[in-house]
Amino acid sequence: MKTVKSQFKFKGGVHPDYNKELARDKAIERMPVPAELVVSMSQHLGAPAKCVVKAGDFVKRGQVIGEKNGFISVCVRAPADGKVTAVEKRLGPAGGKADAVILDTTAKEEGAGSGEQGTPILPPLDWKTATREELLKRVEEAGICGMGGAGFPSAVKLNPPPAKRCEYLILNGAECEPYLTADFRLMLERADRIRVGVEIMRKVLGGPAVRIAIEANKPEAIAAMEKAFADIEGNVEIVVLPVLYPQGSEKHQIFATVGRVVPEPPALPIDVGCVVENVGTVAAIADAVEKGEPLLERVTTVSGDAVAEPKNVLAPSGTKYADLVAFCGGEKEQPAKVISGGTMMGFAVSTLDISTTKTTSGLLLLSRKRVFQYESGPCINCGRCVRACPMNLNPAEISKAVESDDVKSAEDAHVMTCIECGACSFGCPAYRQITQLCRRAKASIRARIAAEKAKASAAAEKEKLKSQPVLPEGATRGSK
Amino acid sequence: MATAILIIAGIGMVAAVALAVADRYLSVKEDPRIGMVTAELPGANCGGCGFAGCDGYARALVAGTAPNGACAAGGDEVAKAVAKILGVEAAATERRVALVRCCGTRSEAIRVGDYNGICDCNVAAMTAGGDKGCTYGCLGYGACANVCPKGAISVHDGLAKVDKRLCIGCGKCVRACPKHIIELVPASATIHVLCANPDKGPSVRKVCGVGCMGCHLCEKNSGGKEAGHFTFQGFLAKVNYDNPPTDGAIVAKCPAKCMVEDSHFESGH
Repeated sequence: MKTVKSQFKFKGGVHPDYNKELARDKAIERMPVPAELVVSMSQHLGAPAKCVVKAGDFVKRGQVIGEKNGFISVCVRAPADGKVTAVEKRLGPAGGKADAVILDTTAKEEGAGSGEQGTPILPPLDWKTATREELLKRVEEAGICGMGGAGFPSAVKLNPPPAKRCEYLILNGAECEPYLTADFRLMLERADRIRVGVEIMRKVLGGPAVRIAIEANKPEAIAAMEKAFADIEGNVEIVVLPVLYPQGSEKHQIFATVGRVVPEPPALPIDVGCVVENVGTVAAIADAVEKGEPLLERVTTVSGDAVAEPKNVLAPSGTKYADLVAFCGGEKEQPAKVISGGTMMGFAVSTLDISTTKTTSGLLLLSRKRVFQYESGPCINCGRCVRACPMNLNPAEISKAVESDDVKSAEDAHVMTCIECGACSFGCPAYRQITQLCRRAKASIRARIAAEKAKASAAAEKEKLKSQPVLPEGATRGSK
Repeated sequence: MATAILIIAGIGMVAAVALAVADRYLSVKEDPRIGMVTAELPGANCGGCGFAGCDGYARALVAGTAPNGACAAGGDEVAKAVAKILGVEAAATERRVALVRCCGTRSEAIRVGDYNGICDCNVAAMTAGGDKGCTYGCLGYGACANVCPKGAISVHDGLAKVDKRLCIGCGKCVRACPKHIIELVPASATIHVLCANPDKGPSVRKVCGVGCMGCHLCEKNSGGKEAGHFTFQGFLAKVNYDNPPTDGAIVAKCPAKCMVEDSHFESGH
């Protein structure tokens, strides 16, 4: 095990105000289970889970309330004991509505014993003796998905197609988003869990080299990981990355640690032999295997200058934002903007009546002072966005094309490669909403592709019917 | 000089012969009816029929792969003319026009945030579902107005409205709306429910002063359930356009004020 400096620097990137000092020294605090939880069935990337409970049911902590629904999907388990008061569509942080189970955690089932506290939900496994299949199954049934933001199902990531070999397992501890300190605290306080998680994942992936990527502005985390991994065997390195946004992006992390470039979508990191997992996910995998504890809660940073007491909160997924804020001493002043996630890639939300999910890394309440109201103007061709873009795109060209409804030109300019990191909008002196325009183009291209696919499959179906002529029973082709 | 004239004349002769031969043996036979049908179609190239422009539809009509009457812009007249050329029956068509099923203006519907992004409904809908408290309602950033080939849609006070006289029923706005609240309805229908929120009354009231609460009064006032002028989806009344109500008196009796008579619907310009 050794600590090395990153040999590769990606092009572009920006330096936003990090403002991490608000919450970086606050130890992770466990929040008491709130009276009401709203557990979304769509907490991950892919198909939403299929709800299997109905209003009036009593559920136990850890009980499956949403079943895995498709290949790219994970199950959802009840984060606490309680009674299901309703199953209805609720607004999620990104704006879409999804089925959610509303749990009243104060209701007690009559005759139910309360003495089961402390018994594991799933039988604990010894990762050293368990088979690869057992471990994979455990990750799947524990409902674990990537906790960095996108929420890609971990069991799928850990089980690459046989033709593709994983050479590097990269642990993402960059946390380049401003304000957020959840992963930082996790690396400080739960370094031993992360180590166990790494050993489990290494076994599942067939012994790849391990790279732990941490930005240079977190020396305490680097020290903690060095200590935890000091006596590990095999090819393990801690890679200290330069402080640069978006260092935590999967593709940029792969480049910064091992110098490989992931080709344009639909290529995945596994195509260049890499699997990247967030440190939170790794700790969750360790808990799921060793303690039999499914993914029911996560660390969320509640921060911003409008929160009385910024904290790193360990809260059950499904906690309402309003409860989170109340746990952190409430609002210091009326927030002008509430962001779910970090300031660069998070979602602005209009109400605190939204609940956390497995991917909620932060909740930021910003005062009027920190929120800049602007009017965007025309592009002045300065080229700052081109310099800032870490994906080597030309955001100016793309944004102008989308503005004039020319999505085709945007597509030709590779807008689908855009990772929506926001570096272009961040530096634009004309305050143009370039990222938003890119998102619009991507959405319409995706819609078009989906429509084309549907059309093609319908045509194929028709063709299939045509090629199977209905012959009278007993008749053979060509008979008279 | 003379040589030059001869050479040019020679080339001309050879080319003329080649062209004459090509015309005789390589010409593509096109059904003359395609041109005749194209001439009858409105020429708006709106794509409402599902084909690439009027010419595409004409070809499909002549080939017999498209039903006569799919041209919403042309309506009955065009269908009859096409029927005459092709010698087929004209299916009776009813002119259809777009209707935005929302009446939550800025003064009536609550806005929960200041949206400062790009003025486009699709982008606004991607940002926390838009700034309107009602997650079903018209965002008023004009995605429908931008795609309308006839300029029949205008946005006033945060609400899109369709001018029935200009609308050709092509359905482009129906596809552009991220909230899916634009519908093609018969132009002859005069009474409409302008709300798309199927939630319970109290939660609708929280976000909009003119949202349908599903009180069923419209149904009662128009002859009860048997009359079948309305259908209900959750707590939302919908006009049954196969059997629309005609008695304008029920409009004033709607306690939610989300029911209108035609005048509202035509006020675009």
